[in-house]
Amino acid sequence: MEKMSRVTTALGGSTLTGRTMHCHLDAPANAISVCRDAAQVVVAGRSIFKIYAIEEEQFVEKLNLRVGRKPSLNLSCADVVWHQMDENLLATAATNGVVVTWNLGRPSRNKQDQLFTEHKRTVNKVCFHPTEAHVLLSGSQDGFMKCFDLRRKDSVSTFSGQSESVRDVQFSIRDYFTFASTFENGNVQLWDIRRPDRCERMFTAHNGPVFCCDWHPEDRGWLATGGRDKMVKVWDMTTHRAKEVHCVQTIASVARVKWRPECRHHLATCSMMVDHNIYVWDVRRPFVPAAMFEEHRDVTTGIAWRHPHDPSFLLSGSKDSTLCQHLFRDASQPVERANPEGLCYGLFGDLAFAAKESLVATESGRKPYTGDRRHPIFFKRKLDPAEPFSGLASSALSVFEMEPGSSSMSWFVDTAERYALAGRPLAELCDHNAKVARDLGRNQVAQTWTMLRIIYCSPGLVPTTNLNHSVGKGSSCGLPLMNSFNLKDMAPGLGSETRLDRSKGDARSDTVLLDSSATLITNEDNEETEGSDVPADYLLGDVEGEDDELYLLDPEHAHSEEPDYVLPQEAFPLRHEIVDTPPGPEHLQDKADSPHVSGNEADAASLVPVDSSFSLISVSHALYDSRLPPDFFSALVCDMLRFYAEQGDVQMAVSVLIVLGERVRKDIDEQTQEHWYTSYIDLLQRFCLWNVSNQVVKLSTSRAISCLNQASTTLHVNCSHCKRPMSSRGWVCDRCHHCASMCAVCHHVVKGLFVWCQGCSHGGHLQHIMKWLESSSHCPAGCGHLCEYS
Amino acid sequence: MRLATAANEAYTASLAVSELLGCKQCGGSRGQDEELGIRIPRPLGHGPSRFIPEKEILQVGSEDAQMHTLFADSFAALGRLDNITLVMVFHPQYLESFLKTQHYLLQMDGPLPLHYRHYIGIMAAARHQCSYLVNLHVNDFLHVGGDPKWLNGLENAPQKLQNLGELNKVLAHRPWLITKEHIEGLLKAEEHSWSLAELVHAVVLLTHYHSLASFTFGCGISPEIHCDGGHTFRPPSISNYCICDITNGNHSVDEMQVNSAGNVSVSDSFFEVEALMEKMKQLQECRDEEEASQEEMASRFEIEKRESMFVFSSDDEEVTPARDVSRHFEDTSYGYKDFSRHGMHVPTFRVQDYCWEDHGYSLVNRLYPDVGQLIDEKFHIAYNLTYNTMAMHKDVDTSMLRRAIWNYIHCMFGIRYDDYDYGEINQLLDRSFKVYIKTVVCTPEKVTKRMYDSFWRQFKHSEKVHVNLLLIEARMQAELLYALRAITRYMT
Repeated sequence: MEKMSRVTTALGGSTLTGRTMHCHLDAPANAISVCRDAAQVVVAGRSIFKIYAIEEEQFVEKLNLRVGRKPSLNLSCADVVWHQMDENLLATAATNGVVVTWNLGRPSRNKQDQLFTEHKRTVNKVCFHPTEAHVLLSGSQDGFMKCFDLRRKDSVSTFSGQSESVRDVQFSIRDYFTFASTFENGNVQLWDIRRPDRCERMFTAHNGPVFCCDWHPEDRGWLATGGRDKMVKVWDMTTHRAKEVHCVQTIASVARVKWRPECRHHLATCSMMVDHNIYVWDVRRPFVPAAMFEEHRDVTTGIAWRHPHDPSFLLSGSKDSTLCQHLFRDASQPVERANPEGLCYGLFGDLAFAAKESLVATESGRKPYTGDRRHPIFFKRKLDPAEPFSGLASSALSVFEMEPGSSSMSWFVDTAERYALAGRPLAELCDHNAKVARDLGRNQVAQTWTMLRIIYCSPGLVPTTNLNHSVGKGSSCGLPLMNSFNLKDMAPGLGSETRLDRSKGDARSDTVLLDSSATLITNEDNEETEGSDVPADYLLGDVEGEDDELYLLDPEHAHSEEPDYVLPQEAFPLRHEIVDTPPGPEHLQDKADSPHVSGNEADAASLVPVDSSFSLISVSHALYDSRLPPDFFSALVCDMLRFYAEQGDVQMAVSVLIVLGERVRKDIDEQTQEHWYTSYIDLLQRFCLWNVSNQVVKLSTSRAISCLNQASTTLHVNCSHCKRPMSSRGWVCDRCHHCASMCAVCHHVVKGLFVWCQGCSHGGHLQHIMKWLESSSHCPAGCGHLCEYS
Repeated sequence: MRLATAANEAYTASLAVSELLGCKQCGGSRGQDEELGIRIPRPLGHGPSRFIPEKEILQVGSEDAQMHTLFADSFAALGRLDNITLVMVFHPQYLESFLKTQHYLLQMDGPLPLHYRHYIGIMAAARHQCSYLVNLHVNDFLHVGGDPKWLNGLENAPQKLQNLGELNKVLAHRPWLITKEHIEGLLKAEEHSWSLAELVHAVVLLTHYHSLASFTFGCGISPEIHCDGGHTFRPPSISNYCICDITNGNHSVDEMQVNSAGNVSVSDSFFEVEALMEKMKQLQECRDEEEASQEEMASRFEIEKRESMFVFSSDDEEVTPARDVSRHFEDTSYGYKDFSRHGMHVPTFRVQDYCWEDHGYSLVNRLYPDVGQLIDEKFHIAYNLTYNTMAMHKDVDTSMLRRAIWNYIHCMFGIRYDDYDYGEINQLLDRSFKVYIKTVVCTPEKVTKRMYDSFWRQFKHSEKVHVNLLLIEARMQAELLYALRAITRYMT
């Protein structure tokens, strides 16, 4: 921490100056407390008890209160407090249950004043009365709080917490007689110092121990509590019931909490374990700390604001044996590092996007989703002058609305539902899936499936694919006859599908081809599809690869699909006619250049066996008899899968992966597979295709995926009578001993499938209810409700 | 209308249990014998425990509704009603928490795969040669698809589990030696490294099974019937008896002797209880008057710590562990070594600096969510469990006695409470009791029925089981504290 900023504050005559600094202690500190004059700090721990003067540049050890040769447990301090009225008066709480007071005014070296040995267990906390000079309060592990008058030898009164350990006691700053105590069981009690018999008020503040509390210095009724449940809560105690007004969720159990002076909504916290930083929170902004001090290397055990009216100096002691002074100005502000951007979907697919104003302003032209096609519905700035961070937090909110019907993903749903992934021979699976794809007008996909079938299933056909493959590699193999044959065959496929992967330049040649092959697709039509399609699909691919949520954004997607729906009916019948059309040689050249095209070519080739009779292939078979193992193609198939995944069609990638199983799995690295699987499962779940997604999980071979459906398999049921969870059995409640689910028809307990009406909540055995509702439309329980069974 | 499957798993299992135990509602009219006719088969006529006469133990079928639920739970979770459950049901409140925790550790969401969990259980139980637990978990391990080869010894298990062996060893016998280097070694072992969450899961499992082994021996749990028989996965050379029988083979023989001995010393032991009560009363009253000096308090702890290691049963004969269990751990010679017997200086662990409630809980709950809560509840129940009875006396505040037992165990592990006067331990716990505690906690495999019978002769068996609960929970907490402190140190 080499920042050397210096702060000088004028506080009613006295000035506080200083910088961020630290000094090494000899031992871990347990607690610190500041003197009234803000110039001295006392540090106490198991084996340390010293007073340091806070000077401008450094801490200077002023006094060591641990005197005597033998270390005594009385000096093993759990807590220390400096009296806010009397500069000479200190009190410590010892781990062995002793409360010690110290008088710095004593002339001797030993400043120990009084010793109270009334507590049986460790004393966790001591607290002086804010205005009364002689009143000291202690809270102990033994469940008692004791109030001492320093002019007397014994305690004045004892408050019993009913054997629950007391973790903190704090006098109210405003109410003379009131103090708050916090307990290990999560309770907070409010006591009147004059009434030791019972507490004024008690409420459960936290789940698990409440480690600390602090009264608001100005706001009479506000009490902040921090607990093991990692929460800081602010309670309004002025109302009849203590009301939780703010809640801050931290990342570790909260050991200390202190309101920041002069800042109504700020408080500082440090944690008991794991997290070493000190945070200053604005309670109205409970998710991001306003400031963070990161100096300590071990847990911070004590924090104190240096002066009750100065918000910029914070002192802290830590287990790492250092004492620190933090300057608020030097604090790191997590808000600065935060990315104030948010994205959320509305019920009807609308998308709201909030980002830093500057970001949106500069980038709106560039970002595809703020581009010309989608108009922000409204654009609003949120500025809250009350917020201290308002400058940083101001953001622009854009809402994008879906064009009606544009988000249709019915092809996805249909495909997911109808695909067969396992349980049949590979050839059948491929054929089936090809058919599904074709029915949905996704010809390229259909062709891919057929391809796969040829590659992997029919050894007799291997040469064919081999042939096509060689074509895919380029025309260099010098077989003009076959080439031309293939290309002819390919044409319709390209007409409908390849435009997805091609630039406009390619498309032009396509159109030429199509024209020449006398397709029914008009030129304009095709042109138009090209225009809108290429960028849209590109976006689809891009976005889905990284963030599955975004693809819905794409309102044009449906546009791209529509022609697909139309095309097949036209394209398929044409196929055989096209066969005869001679191809243009420059077109051939085109193909060989584009890496995508090889895949398409292969696709196209597969048309041969699918759509026409096998007779055509036999020709090729005769021509080429080099038998290659299916392995030979696995690299190609893997490329194909990656291609689909990159395009955003993880569905295809995963489906092929599952269907082909061992044949290709080894060639794709685990992580990619896992990524595809998770993307696809996520998509399926978004479309509520639970069954399909579960099937995919089940069929996946990746361990990370297949364990997905082994987690959280328990179904919890609540009793219908007492509304408590039924822990042991599904049909009898342990608490009220009622049978929770009686069949309304046969009046027996239902063990197993229970079906009920959501209108009147009567129900019973599935069979019984079905039978009953066949003959009657009224509820079998006789409640008069007209139940429906669907 | 909507369909729901009402907690299917629990349903089938508890259906089975009610068939097995006889239905609560309609079972009343049937004769007891008939009901017991289809009860779990028992070996050789002695009940779930070799120390506690069978008639003292609750008969299955005669339990009340709460216990019945517990049995059903236990059965549903484990698919069996084991002897540990049958003995623990003396204290249903604790049992409930115990079963819940164990169920969560073994079967619910957690970072470790199921077969790892059981294997770690086997490793831990094997440290104390507790064949009872080993056998149970061998079955479970195979059931969840564990590789039978691993059972041939730790060296056949994956490297990752082998690495855990060292921690297991130290944790079981000398937890105070655990350092952050141990933790670092496990977390930074290249491809065999553990994640922090996995490690915490493993540590909790290890400590759970170490202390459960203590309970098994401390209460003389009889082997389960199905574990004795020849299982095919065992190597053929292994004989059928359980090593519990070898190590403490004096069960049925001296039962008679002890009974007669018990009769003789009735008056003797009566005074024992009276004296104990008297001392408690004295301590309670005299506390404030007689205030020991600081040095004295400090030395009392040291004395108790030192003395605790000389407390050993006279029949300290070495027992060679049976082969079938010892294959799980290589270094049999590594056992409990006392603090300073070998000139070791062990710094005292101050509970005020690192305690379960503040520190341990937070760490466990952070790395293995919900488990911290479950264990915390279990500790609480065990520590606070009381019926306000002592032997034949009612309405006794036993908190002082319970605290003495708890702190004595922690004292043996070097854990010191600043706010406790260790002089109380000497007043409240007599020698035979200390011998028993020491043996159960440190070398449970050496517990004999004689030890069990010789302490607190007038007390009920349920109270002795209660003591055992305190022992195992205190032991578990002590081990956890050392392990978690090391993890914390590693993390900072």
